[in-house]
Amino acid sequence: MNAASVLHPLLAVLAAPLLFGAINRTKAFFAGRCGPPLLQTYFDLWKLFRKGATYSRTTTWIFRAGPLVNFACLLAALTLVPLGHVAAPLAFGGDLILLAYLLGMGRFFTVAAALDVGSSFEGMGASREVQFATFAEPALLVGLAALARETQALSLTAMYAHLSGPAWNGVLPLWALLTGGFFILFLAENCRIPVDDPNTHLELTMIHEVMVLDHGAVDFGFVQWGATLKMWILGAMVVGLWLPETRHPLGNLAVGAVGLLALAVVTGIVESCMARLRLLRVPQLLVGAGVLCALGLMLTFR
Amino acid sequence: MNNTIDLILVALVLTDLILLGASRLRNAIRILAAQGLMLGLLPLLAHRGGPIWHALLLGGGSAVLKGFVFPALLNRALRETNANREIEPFVGYVASLLIGVGALALSFWFGARLPLPAATPSQWLVPTGLFTVWTGLFLIVARRKAITQVLGYVAMENGIFALGMVLVEAMPLLVELGVLLDVFAAVFVMGIIVFQINREFDHIDSDQLSALKEDAP
Amino acid sequence: MIWTLIGLPLLAALASLRMRADRPRRALLVATAVAHAALTGICWIWPPAVAPGAWVGLDAAGRLFLGLASGLFLAATIYAAHSLGRGREARGRLTEADTGSVFVNAPEAVFTACLLVFLAAMTLTVASQHLGLLWVAMEATTLATAPLIYFHRQPSSLEATWKYLLVCSVGIALALLGNFLIVVAATASGAAGTLLVPELIARGAQLPAPWLQAAFAFLLVGYGTKMGLAPMHTWLPDAHSEAPSPVSALLSGALLNCAFLGILRAHAICAAAGLGAFSGNLLAGFGLVSMFVAAAFIVGQTDYKRMLAYSSVEHMGLLAFGAGLGGAAIYGAMLHAANHSAVKAALFLLAGNFLSAYRTKSIARVGGGLRRLPISGALWLAGLFAITGSPPFGTFASEFTMLQAAFAQGRGAWAIAALAALAIAFAGMAKAFLGMSLGRAPEATAADEGERWPTVLPALALLSLSLLLGLWIPQGFASLLGQAAQLIGGGAP
Repeated sequence: MNAASVLHPLLAVLAAPLLFGAINRTKAFFAGRCGPPLLQTYFDLWKLFRKGATYSRTTTWIFRAGPLVNFACLLAALTLVPLGHVAAPLAFGGDLILLAYLLGMGRFFTVAAALDVGSSFEGMGASREVQFATFAEPALLVGLAALARETQALSLTAMYAHLSGPAWNGVLPLWALLTGGFFILFLAENCRIPVDDPNTHLELTMIHEVMVLDHGAVDFGFVQWGATLKMWILGAMVVGLWLPETRHPLGNLAVGAVGLLALAVVTGIVESCMARLRLLRVPQLLVGAGVLCALGLMLTFR
Repeated sequence: MNNTIDLILVALVLTDLILLGASRLRNAIRILAAQGLMLGLLPLLAHRGGPIWHALLLGGGSAVLKGFVFPALLNRALRETNANREIEPFVGYVASLLIGVGALALSFWFGARLPLPAATPSQWLVPTGLFTVWTGLFLIVARRKAITQVLGYVAMENGIFALGMVLVEAMPLLVELGVLLDVFAAVFVMGIIVFQINREFDHIDSDQLSALKEDAP
Repeated sequence: MIWTLIGLPLLAALASLRMRADRPRRALLVATAVAHAALTGICWIWPPAVAPGAWVGLDAAGRLFLGLASGLFLAATIYAAHSLGRGREARGRLTEADTGSVFVNAPEAVFTACLLVFLAAMTLTVASQHLGLLWVAMEATTLATAPLIYFHRQPSSLEATWKYLLVCSVGIALALLGNFLIVVAATASGAAGTLLVPELIARGAQLPAPWLQAAFAFLLVGYGTKMGLAPMHTWLPDAHSEAPSPVSALLSGALLNCAFLGILRAHAICAAAGLGAFSGNLLAGFGLVSMFVAAAFIVGQTDYKRMLAYSSVEHMGLLAFGAGLGGAAIYGAMLHAANHSAVKAALFLLAGNFLSAYRTKSIARVGGGLRRLPISGALWLAGLFAITGSPPFGTFASEFTMLQAAFAQGRGAWAIAALAALAIAFAGMAKAFLGMSLGRAPEATAADEGERWPTVLPALALLSLSLLLGLWIPQGFASLLGQAAQLIGGGAP
């Protein structure tokens, strides 16, 4: 527990919207456009927080609580996630299970809020979301299990702190597999191409967008902010596998931030180079991610 | 060097899994070619003693045969039979993948039970070889088209070859070449028969080749 | 000498591909068969010594199976040369009554060449002392026989060829895995790896058990597929019934034996390593299962060639059973291999006569064989008694030896089970065979001709051979059988 550990969640809350900006700028670059400014997400959040909200008469408190609970869960999850060699503020044995469940609870309340609206449109998005979650969550847990087995630790901080120079030998295949699996899960959970197109406006193709369609103003602001936090958390899990250790803890934090930005650029590249998968294929992709993680788990049984 | 062999073996398992989940014949043939090329590297990496040209000949021959010749034969059969390019499985792709993971776990378990001779370059060799053999067998059984069955046969031979190539350095060169030649001839003849099947039946759906069944009593 | 035996058919195959005219090609085929048989006879009388460390050598078991293969090839080619000639004249006018499809045949040159390559590959298989070479030769036999099955160019034979090619190739690939595992076992104690059977037997005690057991399992499943053991036998009924009759005779009579030899060599290695009980039990188990599966399918069978094919499965099961029991039963198995080859080949050649006379493979539609085809019908009945193990034919003696050995070893239950399977098969086959030979014959058409001697003489000769072996076994032959049995770990009764 040091200064970097405390600074990390703060940095995440403040800097996460930059990730969205980086992705959009990369996509614009590939498309030959200028693209929105890097800080566009901040401007959007500022605009949203100053607007007034309209609530439908069919909704209940769940609809208003959904985005808030989601945001709260993600904040709590932020305290558990390390960024490479930067320790998390709260680290204890089994915190990886708590992390998975916090993300799950956030998802549950988002879905509940979507269903609370009473429209079949949001219901369709909710059903797709949970279907994908059915495949994605076991994959995540299997991957974390592989990591735990390999590093002989049950706390995320200890697992990610394990790797440094000489330890590379022998774990390269496992790390590559886990990176692949986690990256696919990262794309799936953050609703990126090839799982879901964040820019789509076509009814039949929306998944996450349609769930939050009826939220406005402050609620939608929290939804967007929460999305950036989720990207930071899952991105930290992917990038943390490869971050080198520096001597100063603040240096670790800086390296982590740079790594996350790099991941955002890579995501932008992936989004620019691929099209969205057919809906039938997404479970196959997620099963593929699960298989990669399972293969990694099997490699740890030496 | 150990790391490289491990990486190749993991890549081999990945190609097997992709084969299990592949839905387009063209892609499956490409993956098989990649498998063949990777296998060609194994003898060179695992070379421990004896003349280097032995390993070069075997690895090079295997790479050329499995990376270029077999895919060319299969693609030619694909073109000439004008088949529908989907694979049409009996067992769905997701189910195949999941069963594959189960088989992979079994291969690891079985590989752990066999006491390894001292000089194997990697402990993941036996499980990988067994899993590739299993993948080939599964493709033969659980896929409809005759071409996919030939694919499965080549995949099976790949697995056996991988096991033999590295487990054994005492296999005489002549026998290995004989094996390669036999496999080549087998694939060649199979290609011809597939062509004949298409000419005779207008399809290459081996599931429909069921005229020779026992009549119900 | 051995290389001559292998090289001669190969050269003849090349020559036959170049020949344009049919008659000389058929003559070449028969001449090669005669030469091969003569050379084999010389090998029997003056056995060549097996040089230590040689990859190719004819030991006693090899000589036995080579003799069977060569003799059967001679019989089959005499029949084939004649029927090819008749087929050429009647081209386009022959239709199969069941499906109405016309017999369109493949080019004869390819047929002849494949037959000769098949002979060469079989010779190499039985003469091989090196497991790797054995594998290559076995795969070569599969590849050489696939075009033979497809000779009549019908949809059903195409289907049979595909199944045959795929299932046997997969099986043999598994046998290759078994080969690799054997080499690993051989290197385990730090010595150099080897695939030479005599060396492996000599080093038996040092081979580690788990690897050897795994290797034997793969070799049994792999070569067992080629041999026709259940449950890997699924290709056999189709392939043996769709192929032309002389090819069926060779496949059932000679090729299955070659696969059996491969399994026997593996069994010998296991016995030398002290795992004889393990491999023997596995063999006997597969054998019993094959016998029951075959018996179940023989009863109620409607196609007589398929029935003969299932009978092959049953007898292969019996061979595996005998070999697995060990001791005196192995001698019985060797004798039974010889008897079965002769009788089954004869039956398939006779089936060919029935097919060309009645134009149908359905048992129900064939009747009055004794009237329509006097010699074939009579031989058919004799063949029934031979194949089901009735005295005085040789099959009775061999089956009796095996069952007696089983009782002597205290495995009475196994023997009774085998007897039950044999009895069921007897019932099924008797009903069919009697129905085909007796009863009323359909009207003879003008296109029919009488029986020519090349179509009945080979079958007559083979059945007489089996009868002879039932009555009296020549001393030289008995010692050959005994030596072969000893190689595998058995003894004379």
